[in-house]
Amino acid sequence: MAETSLSQAKADPTPYKGSRLGGLLHRNETLRGYLLMSPTMVIMTVGILVPFIILLVMSFWTREGFGFDTTLTTTNYQRVWTEPIFGALLSRSFWISGVATVATVLLCYPMAYYVAFHVHRNKMMWIILMTLPFWTSYLLRVFAWKVILGYEGVINSGLMSLGLIEAPLEFLLYSQTAVIITLAHAWAAFAILPLYVSLEKIDKSLLEAATDLGDGPVTRFLRITLPLSMPGVIAASFLIFIPTTGDYITPALLGGPDGAMIGNFIQLQFGAVNNWPMGATLSIVLMLWISAIALVFLFVTRKAQEKIA
Amino acid sequence: MTNADAFISIQNVNKFFGSFQAIEDVSMDIAKGEFFSLLGASGCGKTTLLRMLAGFESTSNGEIFIDGQAMSDVPPHHRPVNMVFQSYAIFPHLNVRDNIAYGLRRQKLPKAKRDEMVEEMLELIKLPGFGSRKATELSGGQRQRIALARALILKPKVLLLDEPLGALDKQLRDQMQLELRALQRQVGITFVFVTHDQEEALTLSDRIAVMSGGKVLQVDTPEGLYETPRTRDVASFIGNMNFFNGTVRRNGSATGAVEVEGLGAIPVPVEQLTKPDETPVQIALRPEKFTLSAEKPAADLTVAGKMDNTAYLGERSHHYVAIQGREEPVAVSMPNLGASDLGQAGADVWLSWSPDSIVILDAD
Amino acid sequence: MSGTYIKRPNRPLQIYAVIFLIVLYTPVLFIPMFSFNDSLYVRFPLQGFTLQWYGELWTREPVWNALWNSIKVGVVVSLISTLLGVVAARAITRYRMPGKSALVTFIMMPLVIPGIIFGVALLVLMSRMGVPLSLYTVTVGHLIVCLPFAVATLLPRFEGFDPSMEEASADLGENGWWTFWRVTFPMVFPGVIASMLLTFTISFDEFIMAFFLTGTDPTLPMYIWGQLRFPQEFPSVLALSSLILFVSFALVFVAQRIGRVGLEDEL
Repeated sequence: MAETSLSQAKADPTPYKGSRLGGLLHRNETLRGYLLMSPTMVIMTVGILVPFIILLVMSFWTREGFGFDTTLTTTNYQRVWTEPIFGALLSRSFWISGVATVATVLLCYPMAYYVAFHVHRNKMMWIILMTLPFWTSYLLRVFAWKVILGYEGVINSGLMSLGLIEAPLEFLLYSQTAVIITLAHAWAAFAILPLYVSLEKIDKSLLEAATDLGDGPVTRFLRITLPLSMPGVIAASFLIFIPTTGDYITPALLGGPDGAMIGNFIQLQFGAVNNWPMGATLSIVLMLWISAIALVFLFVTRKAQEKIA
Repeated sequence: MTNADAFISIQNVNKFFGSFQAIEDVSMDIAKGEFFSLLGASGCGKTTLLRMLAGFESTSNGEIFIDGQAMSDVPPHHRPVNMVFQSYAIFPHLNVRDNIAYGLRRQKLPKAKRDEMVEEMLELIKLPGFGSRKATELSGGQRQRIALARALILKPKVLLLDEPLGALDKQLRDQMQLELRALQRQVGITFVFVTHDQEEALTLSDRIAVMSGGKVLQVDTPEGLYETPRTRDVASFIGNMNFFNGTVRRNGSATGAVEVEGLGAIPVPVEQLTKPDETPVQIALRPEKFTLSAEKPAADLTVAGKMDNTAYLGERSHHYVAIQGREEPVAVSMPNLGASDLGQAGADVWLSWSPDSIVILDAD
Repeated sequence: MSGTYIKRPNRPLQIYAVIFLIVLYTPVLFIPMFSFNDSLYVRFPLQGFTLQWYGELWTREPVWNALWNSIKVGVVVSLISTLLGVVAARAITRYRMPGKSALVTFIMMPLVIPGIIFGVALLVLMSRMGVPLSLYTVTVGHLIVCLPFAVATLLPRFEGFDPSMEEASADLGENGWWTFWRVTFPMVFPGVIASMLLTFTISFDEFIMAFFLTGTDPTLPMYIWGQLRFPQEFPSVLALSSLILFVSFALVFVAQRIGRVGLEDEL
């Protein structure tokens, strides 16, 4: 049966004739790839590149009444450079983000280590559990901290009803501490993932080899695990430091005057102060600073790693 | 074979990936109904050539004809060929029946007819009743058969097989080799088979193209490749081979003669002796073409040596014999017919051979 | 394996992990807790159980409008960003393209650059082009934010995809269009669903882009932001927030589960 039906070859219709374009696309993979990427690239160009260029141009304008003076000048940049308020705001932003970043990475490292090395069943559930809060509303997570740290919030009213304190602790809300706590908590998931991935990748036999060669648990951690997980630590630090420097919600809800950051000031320029060119200048300056800090950080860690190696 | 008989004709095909040349000026013809193998180590270009036949790689220049039709502008889904992938590429979201019937959609057959064809195929590959199995529940051997059925149901002019047995264990592979060969005879479709396993190629093929570095070294029948390899590369890729340096010196001999290191002036098949006197050549002799004995034999062609060492392989033993005038010991393969009296390492032994078993190759 | 020297259980670390998870979740749990509290003031001790704040939400017209706005934006954003993500992930994984890694970096940029910068940049663009702020401008902003997440969710799907599957389909006679629908799409389908759920959730919860790009129609987070100024609205904001949190958690949880179905390595 099978023999008869198979012995005649595939019926031969008229020879295939393809279109020119079809043939070109069939042969040129690169072209097909770019063609597929193009819609995404158009959106990203319109949504990121073009606005950035306009923002850059606007940063060289100045405010004039309710409109703009479109002659190009570096007045705004000079103001940012000379007036101490801007420098103070920038350095405060970097300080707050820096402390929050260090705290987050330090607190998340043991957690990532635990899941990478000591969880054997349901690893996926643990990862989902650790990252789940990150996907929910940032605004609401910050709002939750306002509920906790508030003047009559969870901590103060709790401690007071327990009789531990007489009056509310005022340093909890509207302070840099409040902002740092909230940022560290809200960005934890962002730190966990890269840390976990870099730890998980470590070949377990390396640890056994270190033990075999005489290292105890602590030296083994310092000599093998920590250096090998450094890429994760660096990635985690970047992923938290960069976005938090420009954060708006947390300082706005919890910072008060002492905890205000550059993001709030940028928003002011586009809102109440209504000095858009100044807002544009501040955005550009923030970007430049972030890039500079990132580059220095990269350079230093690379040098440090070379030294270890 | 003349060009007119060729069912598949590959003509001066080159393929570049950037500056790397994967295929270098390959030409060959494959006849209808042939079981044809592309044999070579990994990276030799055999898979690239197969993928060019299927249409997944374009030719940089040159042309491929299948049944008289030029292929360079024909995309894979319009080519009269089907392929069995190395990974089998069984669609994991479909069951066995839908996998086998995948290519039938375009023929717009009634469901009953389609199911009948699938059942027929399942019979052919000896997996009747497997139609409703999930693709993820299959063993390696079963996946391989499904991949075959999925391609054969479309009655292709050519079936391309990309190392289809590579993922199977030794025992299953031997069994599948027999089945594959029987299946090919049964369906009569031209098979182009890629493998790096020389034994597999010898067992299965009508003809084999040995490839290396993007070039075709030799196209021949299994016997032709084994008995009369044309280059040292082919000779050493297929089976084991002893190579001796030599110089052509006829000295008026009618049988032809070559002065060989360690063996002296020996007669060689006259039809192979095309070079003028004093040309350096290489003499190739398979290990099993030697006879090894403890006493000096009566044969004309014999040379004394000392046993170097012996590897016992069950049905045969490999002996390494040191002879004077040659640095490397000579490999000799002897069947283990009875109690061996060839002795320990260091024992005196005698090597003999027949002039017909000699192959003359160009010197390096 | 649990018996091996390196992997023996570490008690202090285990305790740390449990505390970590508790601290991670507790702050968010206070929101639903106080949303059922029968008091205008968010403070201890709790005053008793009530559904009053939820009932109040039900009758509020602006809440419904904001919800509807958020859903409209979220659905459009999730559809478009997932579609673009599928196409981009496929191009990235399948084709040799010079400058590919630069393109990927460009797409992933919104993941790390402070949102406020994209917000003001788009605001400036819209105002220079004379486009009035509306739900459309919010949608554009959310697309920029969601695209990297869509691509990041879909990339592992396409990477774990044996290219010979598509070749097999072409070899069996299917053209590109049918190959996509019969082979590619079913195999990446879980990733598509996960991407749609995630991008919807992100858009639904997004604040900073909406903050700069909303016109007169607020999204739900914008509505909440507006209410935060009025202390007497706190309890109803808590009730609304609880609902949003619940939906977000559920969607993301489902997305994470689906997104990993059939992926060989778990992360």
